[in-house]
Amino acid sequence: MSIGILGTKVGMTQIFDDAGKAVPVTVIQAGPCKVTQVKTKDTDGYEAIQIGYGETREKLLTKPQKGHLAKSGAGSLRHLKEYRVDSAGEYELGQELKADLFEAGQIIDVSGRTIGRGFAGNQKRHNFRRGPMTHGSKNHRAPGSTGAGTTPGRIYPGKRMAGRLGNDKVTLRKLTVVKVDAEQNLLLVKGSVPGKPGALLSIAPTNKVGNK
Amino acid sequence: MKGQALIRSIEAEQIKSDLPDIYVGDTVRVGVRIREGEKERVQPYEGTVIAMRNGGINETITVRKIFQGVGVERVFLLHSPLVEGIKIIRRGKVRRAKLYYLRDRVGKATRVKQRFDRSL
Repeated sequence: MSIGILGTKVGMTQIFDDAGKAVPVTVIQAGPCKVTQVKTKDTDGYEAIQIGYGETREKLLTKPQKGHLAKSGAGSLRHLKEYRVDSAGEYELGQELKADLFEAGQIIDVSGRTIGRGFAGNQKRHNFRRGPMTHGSKNHRAPGSTGAGTTPGRIYPGKRMAGRLGNDKVTLRKLTVVKVDAEQNLLLVKGSVPGKPGALLSIAPTNKVGNK
Repeated sequence: MKGQALIRSIEAEQIKSDLPDIYVGDTVRVGVRIREGEKERVQPYEGTVIAMRNGGINETITVRKIFQGVGVERVFLLHSPLVEGIKIIRRGKVRRAKLYYLRDRVGKATRVKQRFDRSL
């Protein structure tokens, strides 16, 4: 359990490593974030840090949001997120978190929302195969059979059908930080991350599962 | 800075500024860095540029030559540190952006006409 940071996807490019190989990287604008709330065992029953990210206009916030942000003097921030930590006492209200939280070579988890694809058919959404396009076939992208007839007389729950695809929260685990630019608050992460450029991302040290 | 400007500034650190102007049809000599154990040396590769792709840090050229009677094509990432340098040996006069038709030709027919209005 350790603290993460919020950021924005900027886009992808490639850089050359020491061996001269081209490495595909995603550029992430990570932070600056401000600590907006410190939750301790005494006050909330668990230890956590709430951070805020993304300057916004004051008039876009509601009165309760303004009141909450005023306590830490963090200004008008758009996104709030909580990270569980071992001891929240190390952090103080209004403290700034920057990209130098991470170092090159570190393994991280990145979560965000995937690109929304709207109402998608079975080929795109569930990788169904399509019917023949020619030889008199009219069954091109149809879903096929959805089950038996009079018995059971209904479609079983969970039957894969067309519907909304994308815009789901996804966490990509064990990505490598290739480079950290502390001055501009940039992280270069090997590989791709969810969403389009401009998407909100949560970056945290990787979550180890099991016994070490 | 935002978006693409930010990405371009990251790429700018690794983009080579000393590359010559390369055109499709030119004959070039590419110096390729090769590591053999601890030693590093530069191996020349000479041939005709038959295609150029992409731009910026991902710019590549495809160089074709005939080696021991067999056609060999190598794609070079121009801004890669493994490409030590590129020297233009001869400027070629061609009317296509991609010279893939050279693959179907042998012997004398693979020659590209030289042009003299571009400096080496």
